[in-house]
Amino acid sequence: MSDTLLKVRDLKIGATIYPPGERPRDIEIVHGVSFDLAPGKVLGLIGESGAGKSTIGLASMAYGRGGVQITGGEVWVNGRDILKTGQRDVRSLRGGEVTYVSQSAAASFNPAKKIMDQVVEAAVEQKKFSRKDAEARARVLFAKLGLPDPDNIGERYPHQVSGGQLQRCMTALALCPEPDLVVFDEPTTALDVTTQIDVLMAIKEAIRDTGVAALYITHDLAVVAQVSDDIMVLKMGNTVEYGSVDQIINNPQEEYTQALVSVRSIEHEEKAPTPDPVLSVRNITARYKGTQFDVLHNVNVDLYPGQTLAVVGESGSGKSTLARVITGLLPPREGEIEFAGRTLSGDLKGRSREDLRELQMIYQMADVAMNPRQTVGTIIGRPLEFYFGMRGAEKKKRIIELLDEIELGEKFMDRYPAELSGGQKQRVCIARSLAAKPKMIICDEVTSALDPLVADGILKLLLDLQKIEDVAYLFITHDLATVRAISDNIAVMYQGKVQRYGGKSKVLSPPFDDYTDLLLSSVPEMKLGWLEEVIANRKMESAGN
Amino acid sequence: MSPIFKLLAQRIALSLLLLLLISVVIFAGTMVLPGDVAQSILGQSATPEALANLRAELGVNDPPVQRYFAWLFGAIQGDLGTALTSGQDISEALASRFWNTLFLAFWAAVVAVPLAIFLGLLAVRFKDRWPDKLISGVTLASISIPEFLIGYVLMYLIAVQLRWFPSVAMINDNMSLFEKLNAIALPIAVLTLVVLAHMMRMTRAAILNVMQSAYIETAELKGLNAFQVIYRHAFPNAIAPIVNVVMLNLAYLVVGVVVIEVVFVYPGMGQYLVDHVSKRDVPVVQACGLIFAAVYIGLNMIADIVAILSNPRLRHPK
Repeated sequence: MSDTLLKVRDLKIGATIYPPGERPRDIEIVHGVSFDLAPGKVLGLIGESGAGKSTIGLASMAYGRGGVQITGGEVWVNGRDILKTGQRDVRSLRGGEVTYVSQSAAASFNPAKKIMDQVVEAAVEQKKFSRKDAEARARVLFAKLGLPDPDNIGERYPHQVSGGQLQRCMTALALCPEPDLVVFDEPTTALDVTTQIDVLMAIKEAIRDTGVAALYITHDLAVVAQVSDDIMVLKMGNTVEYGSVDQIINNPQEEYTQALVSVRSIEHEEKAPTPDPVLSVRNITARYKGTQFDVLHNVNVDLYPGQTLAVVGESGSGKSTLARVITGLLPPREGEIEFAGRTLSGDLKGRSREDLRELQMIYQMADVAMNPRQTVGTIIGRPLEFYFGMRGAEKKKRIIELLDEIELGEKFMDRYPAELSGGQKQRVCIARSLAAKPKMIICDEVTSALDPLVADGILKLLLDLQKIEDVAYLFITHDLATVRAISDNIAVMYQGKVQRYGGKSKVLSPPFDDYTDLLLSSVPEMKLGWLEEVIANRKMESAGN
Repeated sequence: MSPIFKLLAQRIALSLLLLLLISVVIFAGTMVLPGDVAQSILGQSATPEALANLRAELGVNDPPVQRYFAWLFGAIQGDLGTALTSGQDISEALASRFWNTLFLAFWAAVVAVPLAIFLGLLAVRFKDRWPDKLISGVTLASISIPEFLIGYVLMYLIAVQLRWFPSVAMINDNMSLFEKLNAIALPIAVLTLVVLAHMMRMTRAAILNVMQSAYIETAELKGLNAFQVIYRHAFPNAIAPIVNVVMLNLAYLVVGVVVIEVVFVYPGMGQYLVDHVSKRDVPVVQACGLIFAAVYIGLNMIADIVAILSNPRLRHPK
């Protein structure tokens, strides 16, 4: 065997796109990428969405997703060019020599089959192991990856285990046939931070113990720094920088890499509380209809005019439910919402148009929050008509003002949402909520779907707008870096309760309670050896979801 | 396991309720039909007194609600009344014909269902290539042609010209299974052609829909070949819609074979029904209607039960 396991030379990948109202045309999405991977080594592929990193990962299995096609170059695995061998040879490569771990294990497991059947399938099919030996190996891997009840978990169906556990099962699936190379495609992105760290550690140990090589694809540089030997930074299908982890993290040469390393550079001075909060959540307890359990227990928080309250927690902590209660979508069982000096009706139907205007919302998915058949001008103009009765030139003038405030400008007025990038769409949503001249905006995970640099831009914009419009934000997020960047006050939520609450400096300074400590320590930091350090110093186990 | 039992119980209860409602509709519908059975029995020359006597004897003058309940309780106990025209017991007369209809439908299904699913899988495997287009084209053409025409064309070609199978599908209890199958070969062929396209296209669509899922990509990246991917990973998740359309077509095979039975002179329920509609024999029409409705509702209920059982989330709750 040669000393390079995977050798990629001048890889070019194309796709056919179907723009609405135009002829389909071929475009190139990866423009000649080259790299080497030695046995047992880990190469991190990093970049924003559209950088082509997943496409390159799948190309190492001679696979093109959807209409994607490999148009040029060479991919050598174990000394043969897999782009030139036949279908049969490619099939023995997939699932045998090279295996794949996808971002969403929940979608990548067949819901109709037991986990064990799926984990051993490739190993048995590729004649690497007998069914019995493959199952024994799977159970060893389940144990190694820290899954509960490793002897029996394979008998369950995918929906019977949690997301974090399923992601580990997917890793077991990839490692079961004793491959030479595993492609990890954002394996921890869909997980909570405290779960991510466990899965990350499990993956790292599994790589070390089995001596397998890996391509580790992610958009999170801090994550990839923990597991890789080398890193390749990609942008728009081109290699920006390629070097050792140490060099990329500590001494990045290219401007783009430097921006990625230093992302979240926002500095925001904490403001002191004022006497009159714009929003007071008083003793709120709530549960969903038809269930027996309270999802919020006696929640008390205040939001002051022109300030930001960050509500932070993992999935299932009740933070989005709190937003539903404040907006009136879920009437609380107990407690009151005081807003701008008056008590709001618990039910949306009991609220006046003025109540609705002063309390706006921005959502995580800007895509689905806009009517795809309306232009940007119509979308932003609607609240102007609805709340202020604006028409004609007056309305147009205000729309242009708002477009200028979100740094897009007048030329965007006649565009449709489909013609905008993710960041631009979120900006339009911000303008639409500002058009109502609200006292307060609920921002529900508004940057989670965006690439880090774009998210950074959105956060800066929100802070600037806060100064101009004097609007308060209730900022719901699971991302502590975002919280650090923009908040004045912080409420840490855990299992429906407010675990810790107060000014930013107070909440983020020791002494911590165990949960806040776990949450804060789980946020990946951009330094080598961070992962081992954190695992060694842990006081509390994560919930494991 | 209790939620799944609750769902199944609900579904079965709903079917029974539906059947009850249908019985009301059938009874009411046959009530308002024009025509007078006494007149059609006695003929145009009957005296008014004779007509009145016969009507009283047949119970046509009783209040409708009373007659409905008498009919319903009889039907529940298996007594469908007597035919007005012949005085025969309907349950008895229908029993052998119903089994004949089921016999024909069963063997048509034995041929058509596996063939449709296999062709559906084949069409997915060679999607948008010539096998897919050929299968779609031929099956579409076969449902577009009226079934009696296909029946007569096959009869002419296979029975008259080639003399492979008989043109008349007469069967009786003295025949062996092989002789019976030989007799009904042509109606089976026609019925298969009629129901094939629908089932095959639904199989194709349901599996193609599942083929978009991420777990299909996982299966492909395990190095499985196309048939393994379709058969092991796509098919189990497409069962519910496929069973649904299969059951609808089975129901059609039982209920909708009237034309085919008449074409091939097959002694099934369809022909019996057609005979008695023309004689205005209301109890027979009601009995046939009720049985057809029960078959239809029963098969659809089975489809729903299979759909519930094929859902792993319901079979294996957390």
